[in-house]
Amino acid sequence: MTTVAATSHVAHAHHDDRSFVRKYIFSTDHKIIGIQFLFVSLFFLLVGGLLAMQMRWQLAFPGKPMPGGGILPDTMAPGGVLLPEYYIQLVTMHGTFMVFFAIMPLLVGVYANFLIPLKIGAHDMAFPRINMASFWSALLAGLIMLAGFFVPDGAPRAGWTSYAPLSARPDLSGASYGQMLWCISLVFLGLSSILGSLNYITTIINNRAPGMTWFRMPLSVWALFITAILGLLALPVLSGAVIMLLFDQTIGTHFFDPVAGGQALLWQHLFWFFGHPEVYILILPAMGMVSDIIANGSRKPIFGYHSMVFAIVAIAFLGWIVWGHHMFMSGMNPTLGSSFMVSTLIIAVPSAIKTFNWMGTMWRGNLRFHVPMLNAVAFVAMFVIGGLSGIFMAATPVDMFIHDTAFIVAHLHYVLFGGSLFALFGAITYWYPKMFGKLMSERWGKVHFWLTFLFYNCTFFPMHILGMAGEMRRIYDPSQYTFLQPYQPMRVFITVSAYLLFATQLIFFVNFWWSLFKGKKAPQNPWEDNGLEWSLPAPAPHGNWETVPTVYRGPYEFSSPQVPEDYLPQYRKLPTDREPARAPVAGH
Amino acid sequence: MAHATATVDMMHPPAPAERGLDVYNNKLGMWVFLASEVMFFTALIGSYIILRFSAPGAWAPPGKVLNVPVTAFNTFLLICSSMTMVKAYAAVADGQTHFLRFRPFSGGLKFWMLATIIGGAMFVGVQAYEYTHLVHHGFLPSGAREGSEVAELVASGVVPAATIGLYGSTFYTMTGFHGFHVTCGVISMTYLYVTKALRGKYSRYDYRGVEVIGLYWHFVDLVWIILFTIVYLI
Amino acid sequence: MHWWLPLKGSTFAGEIDGLFLAILIITGIAFVIVELGLLWFVVKYRARPGRKAYYTHGSTRAEVIWTAIPAVTMVALGLISNHYWVKIKGRNSVPPNAYPIAIHAKQFEWQVTYPGPDGRLGTADDFEVRNQLHVPVGRPVVIHLTSEDVIHSFFVPVFRVKQDAVPGMNINVWFQATVPGTYELGCAELCGLGHYRMRAQVFVHTQEEFDAWMKQAAKGGATS
Repeated sequence: MTTVAATSHVAHAHHDDRSFVRKYIFSTDHKIIGIQFLFVSLFFLLVGGLLAMQMRWQLAFPGKPMPGGGILPDTMAPGGVLLPEYYIQLVTMHGTFMVFFAIMPLLVGVYANFLIPLKIGAHDMAFPRINMASFWSALLAGLIMLAGFFVPDGAPRAGWTSYAPLSARPDLSGASYGQMLWCISLVFLGLSSILGSLNYITTIINNRAPGMTWFRMPLSVWALFITAILGLLALPVLSGAVIMLLFDQTIGTHFFDPVAGGQALLWQHLFWFFGHPEVYILILPAMGMVSDIIANGSRKPIFGYHSMVFAIVAIAFLGWIVWGHHMFMSGMNPTLGSSFMVSTLIIAVPSAIKTFNWMGTMWRGNLRFHVPMLNAVAFVAMFVIGGLSGIFMAATPVDMFIHDTAFIVAHLHYVLFGGSLFALFGAITYWYPKMFGKLMSERWGKVHFWLTFLFYNCTFFPMHILGMAGEMRRIYDPSQYTFLQPYQPMRVFITVSAYLLFATQLIFFVNFWWSLFKGKKAPQNPWEDNGLEWSLPAPAPHGNWETVPTVYRGPYEFSSPQVPEDYLPQYRKLPTDREPARAPVAGH
Repeated sequence: MAHATATVDMMHPPAPAERGLDVYNNKLGMWVFLASEVMFFTALIGSYIILRFSAPGAWAPPGKVLNVPVTAFNTFLLICSSMTMVKAYAAVADGQTHFLRFRPFSGGLKFWMLATIIGGAMFVGVQAYEYTHLVHHGFLPSGAREGSEVAELVASGVVPAATIGLYGSTFYTMTGFHGFHVTCGVISMTYLYVTKALRGKYSRYDYRGVEVIGLYWHFVDLVWIILFTIVYLI
Repeated sequence: MHWWLPLKGSTFAGEIDGLFLAILIITGIAFVIVELGLLWFVVKYRARPGRKAYYTHGSTRAEVIWTAIPAVTMVALGLISNHYWVKIKGRNSVPPNAYPIAIHAKQFEWQVTYPGPDGRLGTADDFEVRNQLHVPVGRPVVIHLTSEDVIHSFFVPVFRVKQDAVPGMNINVWFQATVPGTYELGCAELCGLGHYRMRAQVFVHTQEEFDAWMKQAAKGGATS
């Protein structure tokens, strides 16, 4: 066995003579795959929003024909009046599309793919073809899920959580093929996620550039790394669960059928064992990217970098032992309720650590409020509300009242919209120049931000009040209950706010698409940031660098006394810097 | 590819500038993938354990529905194929990529890898035979088919009625997905055999595909040993 | 329109509402610190020409403080909450003399079985009523909750009581009503098409009214 000092890996010189199809359709380039995920996921985000708009109509104006409802078939909304069975399809599909096909791929499919090789100094992912497969199976999964609306008996309607036995029995739910397609779609989505995680984990462990030690990686990369591990280990459990559910639906197995010895609660345990790590998958990358943006906007190093890494790891680790907090009222052993309550309360602590560290980063900074910074600060402000409302539900006696009410809906939208989606608006704007070589309009970005912030809080904050009143979730017509009738004006207020919120998103979509063609040409480093990706032209070329850069410092050296500028990129060599100890580099 | 003047040992490449886990990418990727497979089988097997040990009554005694001797032979077959996989790995690590040599007798990569493929394919074949046999006698994923031999076993009390449905559900799901994984392994290994091994693409300096598929193969074998024990023997 | 929690209708309500308020105060303090802090920083530290940010990587002391205080608070909250949790839902929480009622949830109604004049369930004088839960005030009542088909959830907001009804399980949930009146019960777990109308009325009677109702209802047999 001989080992030889091979020459350093040289990317092929760039006259990129691949065909259009190879370059942009069946691409193995991580950046193109990230952009593919972006376009497809934004589409599904729009779908999820449209579904919600219909739900909001019914809640504000029950029994009244919905404008535009005439295009819906009579099985969904005869005369434009939504049927109860259609309403619960909307509820189910809104949650399903938003969680699995919008937020998760936007955070992971887009940014893990786009950012990881760029930010650690690699030419591409470890397994580019597997990466391509990850995108196409996600797209397939999304199309299968969409097909649910068009099959006999219509879309699935057991909620995005698909509790058995309702979801296993078409005679009880009314949905047959649709419910099966939900399961099949998620098998492909799980596959996509696992293939992606394979790449992210292997690439980060093995393919970092010289000098890119673990504790010089940006927090966005740390977050994506830990998220990839969560996804790797959680999605297979979902796959197992939906396969068992699919078999109960189709070949007569009895996993969740109490009559033949199965257990309804088994589904809940399996689903939430996956489901809780899943919600950390939906927030950790957002937190990571927000860290990068806040450090940049504050022109200061991240406060407590090591604590931030520790907090990410702690959240991910604890996230495996809290799943029962979704099941406090399920009938499981009350002692389990106690233990899950304790673990759930403890997981609030690392999130608190992160919040204080973001504030610490802004403290005594020199704050620049570019659009990404506005969105990142809003993330902190809104995520805190979502996190604090979580404490109410963690306390099991209080959860007895607020479980399955609008209070939970408020909480989840504060963390997923107020949290993840604001972070995404920031991230999309921030890395847009590197993706497309153009800048989004700063002015319209600010208009979008302020209007979104206003209408978003008007939409979701009142839901806390409705929950405190005892309004149950997934109810087609709350006016059936005398105690809920007085809150109708609040439901109308929420709906109007939601419509204004949705309309405001048009500003973002137009800004996004218009800027692709007519946007200002982006300079190489428009935000004066320190990451490796800013050493590349915009848009970044295939293969990224001819020779990967060398890293001399951490990612957050803003306002460093070593240089007059208020930023100091990781890749910039100062006279006082030494080369990192460099082992001979192999080709692979 | 490395543009080097001498052969680089791809199996133990020099560490990159930032040391990872000192394991080449394909191998690390397979270990990571196997971690996800562990979780998948844990969901299935864990559910089985929960359902069985809180079942509303006794479980069917071993051997009453399932054919333990035939499956024991099948288990032996799969373990043998893991052994031939090890032989294949050892052969190529030593540069022995030939098929068979006589005087002295030695099998090379091409022989042992083929033996592994055949062993795996036979395992799947026997399992397919077992499934058709069971279904023919009335053992379904939903339990016992009405009027079948298995239904009579249930009626006579040899096999408890309260749990026959769960028995079928868990048996077919767990062994079925295991068989699916073996099949994928056989197909993948055949692909590597035809496109790489037979064409002389493996050498003592680069047999990554052999090592990686070997890891997968041993994992699938290990899962089977667990399944065989808890499904057939206990 | 009422901006707070509903009327306190059971012995749990005071405890649960008290815990809610305590959490509101704790989270409210955290909320004010964070939001006002952010607002203050946003104003005070905004970029101005000639300013430079303060170059620091953090403070271990700060980390310790803002880790310890939330951790201690959460542990304390957990201990207090668990005390009430065990009292309300613990394995041995049902008072021994609780009045038994059986509720069988099914798509989309609540079948309530009363023990009849002899006060014992499972005897000949039991009778069933649909979608009406009658209970005496000031006495513990234990519901034996079952489900016919899918998972439902028994939820009476004024009692603050919620418990999922799971097919294949028989679950006990108890409460003690404190205020006579007529209230509502809703299903709090998506159970299908008619989930939104799976509603029942809850009547909290004085003991005399309850006895009178019982006599009359038992005679009348099952009513809907």
